[in-house]
Amino acid sequence: MEQIIFYILSLIMVVFAIASVTSRMILRSVVYLLFVLCAIAGFYFLIDYNYLAAIQLTVYAGGIIVLFIFSVLLIHHIESKLDVASLGRRILVGLASLVGAGLTLSVIWAHPFIVAENSARSTEVRDIGLGMLSYGDGGYILPFEVISILLLAAMIGAIIVAKGTRLTIKD
Amino acid sequence: MNLPLSITKNIHDWLFELMSAPIAAVVEMVLIAVAFLGFFALAGLLLVYMERRIAAFFQLRLGPNRVGPQGLFQTIADALKLVSKELVVIDKADKFLYNLAPYFVIVASLMALSVLPFSQEFHAFDINIGVFFLLAVSSIGVIGILLGGWASNNKYALIGAMRSGLQTISYELSVGLSILTIVLLAGSLQISEIIAVQQKGGWFIIQGHIPAFIAFMIFMIAGTAETNRAPFDLVEAESELGAGFHTEYSGMKFAYFFLAEFINMFIIAAIGTILFFGGWLSPFGITESIPLLGVMWFMLKVLGLVFLMMWFRWTFPRLRVDQLLTLEWKYLLPINLFNIVFMAVIVWLGLTINF
Repeated sequence: MEQIIFYILSLIMVVFAIASVTSRMILRSVVYLLFVLCAIAGFYFLIDYNYLAAIQLTVYAGGIIVLFIFSVLLIHHIESKLDVASLGRRILVGLASLVGAGLTLSVIWAHPFIVAENSARSTEVRDIGLGMLSYGDGGYILPFEVISILLLAAMIGAIIVAKGTRLTIKD
Repeated sequence: MNLPLSITKNIHDWLFELMSAPIAAVVEMVLIAVAFLGFFALAGLLLVYMERRIAAFFQLRLGPNRVGPQGLFQTIADALKLVSKELVVIDKADKFLYNLAPYFVIVASLMALSVLPFSQEFHAFDINIGVFFLLAVSSIGVIGILLGGWASNNKYALIGAMRSGLQTISYELSVGLSILTIVLLAGSLQISEIIAVQQKGGWFIIQGHIPAFIAFMIFMIAGTAETNRAPFDLVEAESELGAGFHTEYSGMKFAYFFLAEFINMFIIAAIGTILFFGGWLSPFGITESIPLLGVMWFMLKVLGLVFLMMWFRWTFPRLRVDQLLTLEWKYLLPINLFNIVFMAVIVWLGLTINF
Protein backbone atom coordinates (compact mmCIF):
# COMPACT_ATOMS: atom_id res chain seq x y z
CA MET A 1 0.00 0.00 0.00
CA GLU A 2 2.69 2.48 1.01
CA GLN A 3 4.76 1.44 -1.96
CA ILE A 4 1.87 2.12 -4.35
CA ILE A 5 1.36 5.58 -2.86
CA PHE A 6 5.09 6.21 -3.12
CA TYR A 7 5.09 5.37 -6.82
CA ILE A 8 2.01 7.48 -7.50
CA LEU A 9 3.57 10.47 -5.73
CA SER A 10 6.88 10.01 -7.55
CA LEU A 11 5.08 9.82 -10.87
CA ILE A 12 3.22 13.05 -10.07
CA MET A 13 6.48 14.73 -9.11
CA VAL A 14 8.40 13.68 -12.22
CA VAL A 15 5.59 14.47 -14.65
CA PHE A 16 4.83 17.90 -13.20
CA ALA A 17 8.49 18.80 -12.76
CA ILE A 18 9.01 18.20 -16.49
CA ALA A 19 5.78 20.02 -17.32
CA SER A 20 6.84 22.96 -15.17
CA VAL A 21 10.10 23.36 -17.06
CA THR A 22 8.67 22.86 -20.55
CA SER A 23 5.49 24.92 -20.26
CA ARG A 24 5.58 28.23 -22.11
CA MET A 25 2.89 29.94 -20.03
CA ILE A 26 4.54 31.18 -16.90
CA LEU A 27 1.57 30.86 -14.54
CA ARG A 28 1.02 27.28 -15.62
CA SER A 29 4.64 26.56 -14.74
CA VAL A 30 4.01 27.97 -11.29
CA VAL A 31 0.95 25.74 -10.84
CA TYR A 32 2.89 22.65 -11.96
CA LEU A 33 5.59 23.59 -9.47
CA LEU A 34 2.89 23.80 -6.81
CA PHE A 35 1.87 20.21 -7.59
CA VAL A 36 5.49 19.09 -7.22
CA LEU A 37 5.74 20.79 -3.83
CA CYS A 38 2.45 19.25 -2.69
CA ALA A 39 3.72 15.81 -3.72
CA ILE A 40 6.81 16.40 -1.58
CA ALA A 41 4.49 17.21 1.34
CA GLY A 42 2.77 13.91 0.54
CA PHE A 43 6.12 12.13 0.93
CA TYR A 44 6.57 13.66 4.35
CA PHE A 45 3.12 12.49 5.36
CA LEU A 46 3.99 9.03 4.07
CA ILE A 47 7.00 8.74 6.38
CA ASP A 48 5.01 10.21 9.29
CA TYR A 49 6.83 13.53 9.40
CA ASN A 50 3.56 15.40 9.84
CA TYR A 51 5.13 18.57 11.15
CA LEU A 52 7.53 18.87 8.25
CA ALA A 53 4.67 18.18 5.84
CA ALA A 54 2.58 20.98 7.30
CA ILE A 55 5.59 23.31 7.15
CA GLN A 56 6.08 22.35 3.51
CA LEU A 57 2.44 23.18 2.79
CA THR A 58 2.44 26.53 4.64
CA VAL A 59 5.85 27.81 3.58
CA TYR A 60 6.13 26.52 0.03
CA ALA A 61 2.57 25.99 -1.18
CA GLY A 62 0.97 28.76 0.86
CA GLY A 63 3.82 31.26 0.97
CA ILE A 64 6.31 31.02 -1.86
CA ILE A 65 3.89 29.91 -4.56
CA VAL A 66 1.47 32.69 -3.60
CA LEU A 67 4.36 35.16 -3.89
CA PHE A 68 5.22 33.75 -7.33
CA ILE A 69 1.59 34.05 -8.43
CA PHE A 70 1.47 37.61 -7.12
CA SER A 71 4.52 38.67 -9.10
CA VAL A 72 3.22 36.97 -12.24
CA LEU A 73 -0.16 38.63 -11.74
CA LEU A 74 1.52 42.03 -11.56
CA ILE A 75 3.93 41.81 -14.48
CA HIS A 76 2.55 39.29 -16.94
CA HIS A 77 -0.35 39.49 -19.33
CA ILE A 78 -2.41 36.40 -19.97
CA GLU A 79 -1.66 36.27 -23.67
CA SER A 80 2.12 36.61 -23.49
CA LYS A 81 4.18 33.46 -23.82
CA LEU A 82 7.80 32.81 -23.02
CA ASP A 83 10.17 32.80 -26.02
CA VAL A 84 11.65 29.55 -27.24
CA ALA A 85 15.43 29.60 -26.90
CA SER A 86 17.68 29.18 -29.94
CA LEU A 87 18.81 25.70 -30.98
CA GLY A 88 22.45 26.11 -29.91
CA ARG A 89 21.45 27.27 -26.47
CA ARG A 90 19.00 24.42 -26.10
CA ILE A 91 21.70 21.87 -26.95
CA LEU A 92 24.07 23.52 -24.48
CA VAL A 93 21.48 23.49 -21.69
CA GLY A 94 20.57 19.88 -22.48
CA LEU A 95 24.21 18.82 -22.23
CA ALA A 96 24.69 20.71 -18.97
CA SER A 97 21.61 19.11 -17.39
CA LEU A 98 22.71 15.66 -18.61
CA VAL A 99 26.08 16.14 -16.91
CA GLY A 100 24.34 17.32 -13.74
CA ALA A 101 21.91 14.40 -13.74
CA GLY A 102 24.75 11.94 -14.39
CA LEU A 103 26.78 13.33 -11.53
CA THR A 104 23.83 13.13 -9.10
CA LEU A 105 22.85 9.62 -10.18
CA SER A 106 26.42 8.31 -9.92
CA VAL A 107 26.70 9.69 -6.39
CA ILE A 108 23.36 8.15 -5.41
CA TRP A 109 24.31 4.77 -6.84
CA ALA A 110 27.74 4.79 -5.23
CA HIS A 111 26.37 5.63 -1.79
CA PRO A 112 25.51 2.63 0.40
CA PHE A 113 22.11 3.42 1.90
CA ILE A 114 21.56 1.94 5.34
CA VAL A 115 18.01 1.40 6.55
CA ALA A 116 17.79 3.51 9.70
CA GLU A 117 15.58 2.58 12.59
CA ASN A 118 12.92 5.26 12.97
CA SER A 119 12.50 4.83 16.71
CA ALA A 120 15.44 6.94 17.89
CA ARG A 121 13.76 10.32 17.49
CA SER A 122 10.14 11.21 17.92
CA THR A 123 8.49 13.44 15.32
CA GLU A 124 5.85 14.87 17.62
CA VAL A 125 5.51 18.63 17.71
CA ARG A 126 6.19 18.75 21.44
CA ASP A 127 9.55 17.01 21.07
CA ILE A 128 10.49 19.12 18.05
CA GLY A 129 9.71 22.27 20.01
CA LEU A 130 11.69 21.13 23.04
CA GLY A 131 14.59 20.18 20.77
CA MET A 132 14.54 23.61 19.15
CA LEU A 133 14.86 25.35 22.52
CA SER A 134 17.18 22.96 24.37
CA TYR A 135 20.79 23.97 24.93
CA GLY A 136 21.89 20.48 26.01
CA ASP A 137 23.11 17.67 23.78
CA GLY A 138 21.47 17.70 20.35
CA GLY A 139 19.70 20.99 21.07
CA TYR A 140 19.12 23.57 18.38
CA ILE A 141 18.93 26.79 20.38
CA LEU A 142 21.94 28.44 18.67
CA PRO A 143 20.84 27.92 15.03
CA PHE A 144 17.29 28.80 16.05
CA GLU A 145 18.33 32.15 17.52
CA VAL A 146 20.77 32.89 14.68
CA ILE A 147 18.00 32.32 12.13
CA SER A 148 15.59 34.54 14.04
CA ILE A 149 18.16 37.37 14.08
CA LEU A 150 18.78 36.85 10.36
CA LEU A 151 15.04 37.06 9.65
CA LEU A 152 14.72 40.19 11.77
CA ALA A 153 17.60 41.80 9.86
CA ALA A 154 15.98 40.85 6.56
CA MET A 155 12.69 42.39 7.70
CA ILE A 156 14.30 45.68 8.74
CA GLY A 157 16.26 45.71 5.49
CA ALA A 158 13.08 45.20 3.48
CA ILE A 159 11.39 48.10 5.27
CA ILE A 160 14.35 50.40 4.60
CA VAL A 161 14.52 49.42 0.93
CA ALA A 162 10.78 49.89 0.50
CA LYS A 163 10.59 53.22 2.32
CA GLY A 164 13.70 54.66 0.67
CA THR A 165 14.15 58.38 1.26
CA ARG A 166 10.78 58.65 2.99
CA LEU A 167 12.35 57.27 6.17
CA THR A 168 14.31 60.46 6.80
CA ILE A 169 11.80 62.99 5.50
CA LYS A 170 9.25 64.01 8.09
CA ASP A 171 5.77 64.55 6.75
CA MET B 1 -24.57 4.83 32.49
CA ASN B 2 -22.48 4.44 29.36
CA LEU B 3 -24.49 3.40 26.36
CA PRO B 4 -22.53 1.12 24.03
CA LEU B 5 -23.11 3.28 20.98
CA SER B 6 -20.01 3.25 18.83
CA ILE B 7 -21.23 3.29 15.26
CA THR B 8 -17.88 3.95 13.64
CA LYS B 9 -16.18 1.09 15.47
CA ASN B 10 -18.95 -1.33 14.53
CA ILE B 11 -18.73 -0.40 10.86
CA HIS B 12 -14.94 -0.68 11.02
CA ASP B 13 -15.07 -4.17 12.55
CA TRP B 14 -17.76 -5.28 10.15
CA LEU B 15 -15.78 -4.13 7.13
CA PHE B 16 -12.63 -5.89 8.25
CA GLU B 17 -14.57 -9.10 8.91
CA LEU B 18 -16.08 -8.98 5.45
CA MET B 19 -12.95 -8.32 3.39
CA SER B 20 -9.21 -8.73 3.55
CA ALA B 21 -7.34 -5.95 5.34
CA PRO B 22 -6.00 -3.85 2.43
CA ILE B 23 -9.30 -3.88 0.52
CA ALA B 24 -11.23 -3.03 3.66
CA ALA B 25 -8.88 -0.12 4.32
CA VAL B 26 -9.45 1.25 0.81
CA VAL B 27 -13.22 0.78 1.10
CA GLU B 28 -13.16 2.56 4.43
CA MET B 29 -11.26 5.50 2.93
CA VAL B 30 -13.74 5.73 0.06
CA LEU B 31 -16.69 5.60 2.47
CA ILE B 32 -15.25 8.40 4.59
CA ALA B 33 -14.48 10.48 1.51
CA VAL B 34 -18.05 10.05 0.24
CA ALA B 35 -19.42 10.95 3.65
CA PHE B 36 -17.38 14.15 3.70
CA LEU B 37 -18.38 15.06 0.14
CA GLY B 38 -22.01 14.52 1.06
CA PHE B 39 -21.60 16.64 4.15
CA PHE B 40 -19.85 19.31 2.09
CA ALA B 41 -22.74 19.65 -0.33
CA LEU B 42 -25.52 19.37 2.24
CA ALA B 43 -24.00 21.70 4.83
CA GLY B 44 -23.19 24.22 2.11
CA LEU B 45 -26.79 24.26 0.89
CA LEU B 46 -28.23 24.49 4.39
CA LEU B 47 -25.87 27.33 5.28
CA VAL B 48 -26.96 29.24 2.18
CA TYR B 49 -30.56 28.77 3.27
CA MET B 50 -29.69 29.91 6.78
CA GLU B 51 -27.90 32.97 5.45
CA ARG B 52 -30.90 33.97 3.34
CA ARG B 53 -33.36 33.51 6.18
CA ILE B 54 -31.18 35.47 8.59
CA ALA B 55 -30.64 38.23 6.04
CA ALA B 56 -34.40 38.42 5.64
CA PHE B 57 -34.85 38.49 9.40
CA PHE B 58 -32.43 41.41 9.72
CA GLN B 59 -34.17 43.32 6.95
CA LEU B 60 -37.71 42.58 8.19
CA ARG B 61 -38.51 40.35 5.24
CA LEU B 62 -39.66 36.73 5.13
CA GLY B 63 -36.96 35.22 2.96
CA PRO B 64 -37.41 31.97 1.00
CA ASN B 65 -40.56 30.30 2.33
CA ARG B 66 -42.30 28.62 -0.62
CA VAL B 67 -40.31 25.54 -1.64
CA GLY B 68 -40.80 22.82 0.95
CA PRO B 69 -41.57 23.41 4.63
CA GLN B 70 -40.40 26.93 5.56
CA GLY B 71 -38.61 27.12 2.21
CA LEU B 72 -36.11 24.48 3.27
CA PHE B 73 -35.69 23.08 -0.24
CA GLN B 74 -35.18 26.49 -1.88
CA THR B 75 -31.39 26.18 -2.01
CA ILE B 76 -31.58 22.62 -3.32
CA ALA B 77 -33.77 23.89 -6.14
CA ASP B 78 -31.25 26.66 -6.74
CA ALA B 79 -28.44 24.13 -6.88
CA LEU B 80 -30.39 22.05 -9.42
CA LYS B 81 -30.90 25.18 -11.48
CA LEU B 82 -27.17 25.90 -11.38
CA VAL B 83 -26.37 22.35 -12.50
CA SER B 84 -28.64 22.74 -15.52
CA LYS B 85 -27.14 26.09 -16.51
CA GLU B 86 -24.79 26.51 -19.41
CA LEU B 87 -21.09 26.63 -18.66
CA VAL B 88 -19.96 29.66 -20.61
CA VAL B 89 -16.69 29.04 -22.43
CA ILE B 90 -14.43 32.08 -22.50
CA ASP B 91 -12.39 32.51 -25.65
CA LYS B 92 -9.41 34.40 -24.36
CA ALA B 93 -9.11 32.73 -20.96
CA ASP B 94 -6.40 30.31 -19.94
CA LYS B 95 -8.75 27.33 -20.10
CA PHE B 96 -6.66 24.91 -18.06
CA LEU B 97 -6.19 27.23 -15.09
CA TYR B 98 -9.72 28.62 -15.43
CA ASN B 99 -11.16 25.14 -14.99
CA LEU B 100 -8.67 24.13 -12.33
CA ALA B 101 -9.19 27.08 -9.98
CA PRO B 102 -12.50 26.03 -8.33
CA TYR B 103 -11.01 22.67 -7.38
CA PHE B 104 -8.20 24.33 -5.42
CA VAL B 105 -10.74 26.11 -3.28
CA ILE B 106 -12.83 22.96 -2.81
CA VAL B 107 -9.90 20.65 -2.05
CA ALA B 108 -8.52 23.08 0.51
CA SER B 109 -11.80 23.32 2.38
CA LEU B 110 -12.42 19.55 2.17
CA MET B 111 -8.98 18.87 3.63
CA ALA B 112 -9.65 21.30 6.45
CA LEU B 113 -13.03 19.64 7.03
CA SER B 114 -11.38 16.23 7.48
CA VAL B 115 -9.68 17.10 10.78
CA LEU B 116 -12.78 18.48 12.49
CA PRO B 117 -14.11 16.36 15.37
CA PHE B 118 -17.89 16.07 15.15
CA SER B 119 -17.97 14.03 18.32
CA GLN B 120 -15.60 11.81 20.24
CA GLU B 121 -15.82 9.05 17.67
CA PHE B 122 -16.75 10.96 14.50
CA HIS B 123 -13.24 12.19 14.01
CA ALA B 124 -11.76 11.15 10.69
CA PHE B 125 -8.16 12.29 10.98
CA ASP B 126 -6.82 12.97 14.47
CA ILE B 127 -3.37 14.10 13.37
CA ASN B 128 -0.61 15.05 15.80
CA ILE B 129 -0.26 18.56 14.35
CA GLY B 130 -4.05 19.17 14.39
CA VAL B 131 -4.70 22.90 14.26
CA PHE B 132 -1.43 23.56 12.46
CA PHE B 133 -2.60 21.29 9.65
CA LEU B 134 -5.80 23.33 9.47
CA LEU B 135 -3.74 26.51 9.03
CA ALA B 136 -1.52 24.85 6.44
CA VAL B 137 -4.32 23.67 4.17
CA SER B 138 -6.37 26.82 4.53
CA SER B 139 -3.46 28.74 3.01
CA ILE B 140 -3.88 26.76 -0.22
CA GLY B 141 -7.44 27.98 -0.86
CA VAL B 142 -6.27 31.46 -1.76
CA ILE B 143 -4.30 30.05 -4.70
CA GLY B 144 -7.57 28.98 -6.30
CA ILE B 145 -8.96 32.50 -5.98
CA LEU B 146 -5.80 34.09 -7.41
CA LEU B 147 -5.68 31.65 -10.33
CA GLY B 148 -9.39 32.02 -11.05
CA GLY B 149 -9.12 35.78 -11.13
CA TRP B 150 -6.08 35.83 -13.39
CA ALA B 151 -7.16 33.08 -15.76
CA SER B 152 -10.55 34.72 -16.44
CA ASN B 153 -8.75 37.49 -18.37
CA ASN B 154 -11.07 40.10 -16.91
CA LYS B 155 -10.03 43.33 -15.21
CA TYR B 156 -12.59 43.10 -12.42
CA ALA B 157 -11.72 39.50 -11.73
CA LEU B 158 -8.02 40.33 -11.59
CA ILE B 159 -8.53 43.21 -9.17
CA GLY B 160 -10.77 41.01 -7.03
CA ALA B 161 -8.15 38.28 -6.97
CA MET B 162 -5.39 40.72 -6.02
CA ARG B 163 -7.47 42.11 -3.18
CA SER B 164 -8.28 38.61 -2.01
CA GLY B 165 -4.63 37.58 -1.91
CA LEU B 166 -3.70 40.71 -0.01
CA GLN B 167 -6.47 40.20 2.50
CA THR B 168 -6.04 36.49 3.08
CA ILE B 169 -2.28 36.68 3.51
CA SER B 170 -2.57 39.55 6.00
CA TYR B 171 -5.33 38.07 8.10
CA GLU B 172 -3.86 34.56 8.12
CA LEU B 173 -1.29 35.96 10.54
CA SER B 174 -3.92 37.03 13.02
CA VAL B 175 -5.78 33.75 12.78
CA GLY B 176 -2.56 31.84 13.37
CA LEU B 177 -1.45 33.96 16.31
CA SER B 178 -4.83 33.85 18.04
CA ILE B 179 -4.84 30.06 17.65
CA LEU B 180 -1.34 30.02 19.12
CA THR B 181 -2.60 31.89 22.17
CA ILE B 182 -4.98 29.05 22.90
CA VAL B 183 -2.38 26.40 22.11
CA LEU B 184 -0.32 27.94 24.93
CA LEU B 185 -3.21 27.15 27.25
CA ALA B 186 -3.80 23.66 25.86
CA GLY B 187 -0.17 22.59 25.61
CA SER B 188 -0.87 20.57 22.47
CA LEU B 189 -1.77 20.97 18.82
CA GLN B 190 -3.70 17.71 18.61
CA ILE B 191 -7.41 18.40 18.48
CA SER B 192 -8.51 15.46 20.61
CA GLU B 193 -6.03 16.53 23.28
CA ILE B 194 -7.18 20.16 23.16
CA ILE B 195 -10.71 18.96 23.87
CA ALA B 196 -9.52 16.54 26.57
CA VAL B 197 -7.85 19.43 28.42
CA GLN B 198 -11.12 21.37 28.26
CA GLN B 199 -13.05 18.37 29.55
CA LYS B 200 -10.93 18.46 32.69
CA GLY B 201 -10.70 22.18 33.37
CA GLY B 202 -13.61 23.89 31.66
CA TRP B 203 -13.89 25.57 28.27
CA PHE B 204 -10.94 27.70 27.27
CA ILE B 205 -12.94 30.89 27.01
CA ILE B 206 -13.55 30.57 30.76
CA GLN B 207 -10.23 28.95 31.63
CA GLY B 208 -8.19 31.65 29.94
CA HIS B 209 -10.62 34.48 30.83
CA ILE B 210 -9.28 37.90 29.63
CA PRO B 211 -6.58 36.86 27.11
CA ALA B 212 -8.77 34.04 25.80
CA PHE B 213 -11.60 36.49 25.22
CA ILE B 214 -9.30 38.91 23.38
CA ALA B 215 -8.01 36.00 21.30
CA PHE B 216 -11.59 34.99 20.53
CA MET B 217 -12.51 38.46 19.31
CA ILE B 218 -9.40 38.67 17.13
CA PHE B 219 -10.07 35.18 15.80
CA MET B 220 -13.64 36.02 14.81
CA ILE B 221 -12.61 39.27 13.09
CA ALA B 222 -9.69 37.68 11.25
CA GLY B 223 -11.73 34.58 10.45
CA THR B 224 -14.47 36.66 8.87
CA ALA B 225 -11.83 38.46 6.84
CA GLU B 226 -10.20 35.21 5.76
CA THR B 227 -13.45 33.83 4.39
CA ASN B 228 -13.90 37.07 2.39
CA ARG B 229 -17.26 37.83 3.93
CA ALA B 230 -18.78 41.23 4.60
CA PRO B 231 -17.64 43.60 6.10
CA PHE B 232 -14.41 42.36 4.52
CA ASP B 233 -15.87 41.39 1.14
CA LEU B 234 -13.74 43.76 -0.94
CA VAL B 235 -12.94 40.74 -3.06
CA GLU B 236 -16.41 40.60 -4.52
CA ALA B 237 -17.63 44.09 -3.75
CA GLU B 238 -20.66 44.21 -6.03
CA SER B 239 -20.75 47.97 -6.37
CA GLU B 240 -17.11 48.18 -7.43
CA LEU B 241 -16.09 44.96 -9.14
CA GLY B 242 -19.13 43.20 -10.54
CA ALA B 243 -18.72 39.90 -8.75
CA GLY B 244 -15.00 40.03 -8.09
CA PHE B 245 -12.81 37.05 -8.85
CA HIS B 246 -15.68 34.85 -10.02
CA THR B 247 -17.19 37.35 -12.45
CA GLU B 248 -16.53 35.07 -15.42
CA TYR B 249 -17.66 31.84 -13.80
CA SER B 250 -21.08 30.43 -14.52
CA GLY B 251 -23.24 27.47 -13.63
CA MET B 252 -21.69 24.75 -11.49
CA LYS B 253 -18.20 26.29 -11.45
CA PHE B 254 -19.61 29.38 -9.81
CA ALA B 255 -21.49 27.14 -7.39
CA TYR B 256 -18.20 25.51 -6.35
CA PHE B 257 -16.80 28.87 -5.29
CA PHE B 258 -20.06 29.77 -3.64
CA LEU B 259 -20.34 26.53 -1.64
CA ALA B 260 -16.66 26.63 -0.66
CA GLU B 261 -17.14 30.11 0.78
CA PHE B 262 -19.94 28.88 3.02
CA ILE B 263 -18.01 25.76 4.03
CA ASN B 264 -15.03 27.97 4.90
CA MET B 265 -17.30 29.94 7.17
CA PHE B 266 -18.36 26.65 8.76
CA ILE B 267 -14.71 25.66 9.20
CA ILE B 268 -13.78 28.97 10.87
CA ALA B 269 -16.76 28.61 13.20
CA ALA B 270 -15.77 25.00 13.93
CA ILE B 271 -12.18 25.98 14.78
CA GLY B 272 -13.59 28.66 17.08
CA THR B 273 -15.81 26.05 18.71
CA ILE B 274 -12.96 23.60 19.19
CA LEU B 275 -10.57 26.16 20.61
CA PHE B 276 -12.83 28.30 22.75
CA PHE B 277 -16.07 26.43 23.45
CA GLY B 278 -14.95 22.87 24.06
CA GLY B 279 -15.81 21.27 20.70
CA TRP B 280 -18.34 18.48 21.22
CA LEU B 281 -18.36 18.82 25.03
CA SER B 282 -21.74 19.46 26.58
CA PRO B 283 -22.13 22.42 28.95
CA PHE B 284 -21.32 21.30 32.53
CA GLY B 285 -21.05 17.74 31.23
CA ILE B 286 -24.83 17.18 31.35
CA THR B 287 -24.88 14.58 28.56
CA GLU B 288 -21.45 13.07 29.06
CA SER B 289 -22.91 9.57 29.35
CA ILE B 290 -24.32 9.72 25.82
CA PRO B 291 -21.32 10.32 23.54
CA LEU B 292 -23.52 10.44 20.45
CA LEU B 293 -25.07 13.72 21.59
CA GLY B 294 -21.66 15.32 21.08
CA VAL B 295 -22.58 15.79 17.42
CA MET B 296 -25.59 17.84 18.45
CA TRP B 297 -23.62 20.05 20.84
CA PHE B 298 -20.87 20.56 18.29
CA MET B 299 -23.31 21.56 15.57
CA LEU B 300 -25.25 23.82 17.94
CA LYS B 301 -22.11 25.71 18.93
CA VAL B 302 -20.84 25.93 15.36
CA LEU B 303 -24.19 27.22 14.12
CA GLY B 304 -24.16 29.76 16.93
CA LEU B 305 -20.82 31.11 15.73
CA VAL B 306 -22.00 31.01 12.12
CA PHE B 307 -24.98 33.09 13.18
CA LEU B 308 -22.55 35.55 14.76
CA MET B 309 -20.67 35.86 11.47
CA MET B 310 -23.91 36.41 9.56
CA TRP B 311 -24.84 39.03 12.13
CA PHE B 312 -21.55 40.84 11.33
CA ARG B 313 -22.39 40.71 7.68
CA TRP B 314 -25.73 42.41 7.94
CA THR B 315 -24.62 44.94 10.55
CA PHE B 316 -21.35 46.49 9.46
CA PRO B 317 -20.66 48.45 6.25
CA ARG B 318 -17.81 47.37 3.98
CA LEU B 319 -14.29 48.54 4.78
CA ARG B 320 -11.97 50.32 2.37
CA VAL B 321 -8.71 48.62 1.41
CA ASP B 322 -6.56 50.98 3.47
CA GLN B 323 -8.85 50.59 6.49
CA LEU B 324 -8.63 46.83 6.09
CA LEU B 325 -4.84 46.86 6.14
CA THR B 326 -4.64 49.40 8.97
CA LEU B 327 -6.95 47.24 11.07
CA GLU B 328 -4.78 44.18 10.58
CA TRP B 329 -1.25 45.55 10.74
CA LYS B 330 -1.65 48.44 13.16
CA TYR B 331 -4.27 47.06 15.55
CA LEU B 332 -4.88 43.32 15.45
CA LEU B 333 -1.27 42.20 15.06
CA PRO B 334 0.25 44.23 17.93
CA ILE B 335 -2.67 43.40 20.21
CA ASN B 336 -2.25 39.76 19.29
CA LEU B 337 1.48 39.69 20.01
CA PHE B 338 0.91 41.39 23.34
CA ASN B 339 -1.91 38.95 24.06
CA ILE B 340 0.33 35.92 23.54
CA VAL B 341 2.80 37.23 26.13
CA PHE B 342 -0.11 38.03 28.46
CA MET B 343 -1.45 34.49 28.09
CA ALA B 344 2.01 33.03 28.67
CA VAL B 345 2.32 34.99 31.92
CA ILE B 346 -1.13 33.86 33.02
CA VAL B 347 -0.33 30.22 32.32
CA TRP B 348 3.08 30.56 33.96
CA LEU B 349 1.66 32.06 37.17
CA GLY B 350 -1.19 29.58 37.20
CA LEU B 351 -3.86 32.28 37.09
CA THR B 352 -6.23 30.27 34.90
CA ILE B 353 -9.72 29.53 36.17
CA ASN B 354 -10.03 25.80 36.74
CA PHE B 355 -13.01 23.97 38.11
